[in-house]
Amino acid sequence: MMRVAFLAFIAFLIPATTVAQVRIDITRGRTDPMPIAIPDYLSGFEEGFGEEVADVISNDLATSGLFAPVAEGAFIQDITNINVTPRFADWRVIGARVLLAGEVIPLEDGRVQINTRLWDVIGNQQVASVAYKTPRENWRRAAHKVADFVYSTLTGESGYFDSRIVYIGETGPKTARKKKLVIMDQDGHNPTTLTKGLPYNVLTPRFSPDEQEITYLAFFDDRPAKVYIFNIETGEQREVGEYPGMTFAPRFTPGGDELLVSFAIGANSDIAYLEPNSGRLRRLTTNPGIDVSPSMSPEGDRIAFASDRGGSQQIYVMNADGSGQRRITFGQGTYGTPVWSPRGDLIAFTRQHKNRFYIGVVNTDGSGERLLTEAYLVEGPTWSPNGRVLAFHREEYPGGPVRLYAIDLTGQNLRRLPTPTEASDPAWSPRLN
Amino acid sequence: MNLKFLGTSGLVASMAVLAACSTTPEADEPIVETVERVEPIVEEPQFSPMELAVMELENEVGQRVFFGYDASNLQADAKAILVRQAEFLNRPGNEGIRILVAGNCDERGTREYNLALGNRRAEAVRGFLVGEGVSASRIETVSYGKERPLDPRSTPEAWAMNRNGTTTITSVGAMDELDTMGF
Repeated sequence: MMRVAFLAFIAFLIPATTVAQVRIDITRGRTDPMPIAIPDYLSGFEEGFGEEVADVISNDLATSGLFAPVAEGAFIQDITNINVTPRFADWRVIGARVLLAGEVIPLEDGRVQINTRLWDVIGNQQVASVAYKTPRENWRRAAHKVADFVYSTLTGESGYFDSRIVYIGETGPKTARKKKLVIMDQDGHNPTTLTKGLPYNVLTPRFSPDEQEITYLAFFDDRPAKVYIFNIETGEQREVGEYPGMTFAPRFTPGGDELLVSFAIGANSDIAYLEPNSGRLRRLTTNPGIDVSPSMSPEGDRIAFASDRGGSQQIYVMNADGSGQRRITFGQGTYGTPVWSPRGDLIAFTRQHKNRFYIGVVNTDGSGERLLTEAYLVEGPTWSPNGRVLAFHREEYPGGPVRLYAIDLTGQNLRRLPTPTEASDPAWSPRLN
Repeated sequence: MNLKFLGTSGLVASMAVLAACSTTPEADEPIVETVERVEPIVEEPQFSPMELAVMELENEVGQRVFFGYDASNLQADAKAILVRQAEFLNRPGNEGIRILVAGNCDERGTREYNLALGNRRAEAVRGFLVGEGVSASRIETVSYGKERPLDPRSTPEAWAMNRNGTTTITSVGAMDELDTMGF
């Protein structure tokens, strides 16, 4: 897999004198999406290329739920030069709040430069502009970067469109499922099976902080499941450590130099660090209950995990050295799969109560629990790199197909992430470099 | 499954009776039908020691015990089956048999928690068998979590079926090989 940093950032111009007044508050529960006009990008390339670029940007912004692209048929002005101030009234009258005008120009070295200007058509001024140089075949990624530019300029927070998601592609009957590791762009494009021809099923993948590696669970029929590490660049996969029993529920620490895992010891399951090179386990919990699903805070000082030591499975938090273990959830039913937000302020979880599953979030001290969505099965939340969206898998009704979904932290904008097969266990990449 | 051990003659005879019944005449005149008795050719099936052991475990001893929701304690009926498994494994001649105990869960739990719960169930079975005198070195365990349901449906019956500990034979060991070699 290619993962080369080749997007040259050229310019990011916000006029120092004018504070952008056009703004979206993404912390509110429900905001009207901002109408945005995105004409086809001007391009000297074949017919339709500029339209594709605009479509990728438009789709990113629309699926975020924060933007409402204005229908192209309504456009009055035909943009022929993005460096000329547009006729703002022509865009106001069709209901646009902002206008995104861009072009793709070929460079002498064979690459392309994608120039974009964001206009406030009510304030009659440019909000910001940006340009990226990239090999032409990489245009889709550059378009995601443009969408991130719009998102961050107008919300004040970093975007998440230039990111990828790994998940488990599921095929075959439920009694004999085949489960393979698949990677795709955040918008569902370029799905690629990474574990072709491996003789085992793959579960619960998670990215390393540098996005070069994925740790997952290799599931065997004749021996205990094991934590593996897969290198995206080389396609190589290896078992981590030589612990004879089951190791599972792996997740990288924010530093990326170690894994947090659960391991089975007799009937017990405890949490440990697993050092990838030496394979050494450093045990963190010794409780006779099931301790599972560790997730470290982005600062690296605390670890959330699930435990049934108190009777029912609940979420606990401990210090990075295993000290200070304390329960933070006390609701009815059970809580599992805690995942620390990349912003550090929230823990997402799966809750189960009376044959329904819920995805929710809670403050790290256990206060302010909110349930965002429910179904017969919703499980395994993963945070977008900016901590504003959660993806998870969902089985809407008993026996229904399992699919990937995403929902905003506000509880709004539940949407399906397109996958070619049934899919589960999504894991969002960090922001790409 | 026990039919295999009845031999084929009983099977053919009962089929002949069924055939006679199904030709009950609808017309007035009685039809006298002679069913010719055919002496079936009975071939003794040849089973390997592995096949024989698997058949006995699955058909007579019982290879599977069931658990309550989110539970790993063995109930009375489960213990009765495991006592039979231990007797089977402890029987002279069977000492070479090695087993894999798989712990399974229903779908009402997260994937990761259910892997731990399935492990707990497999270890409960192993612990009981060891308590009944089976050497721990003959027993391997594996947890399938909720990944390998016997019954794919989402019903209380299916959930009950899918919460189990399942014993399978992985090898019949050196003893049986010695037997077949004439020792």
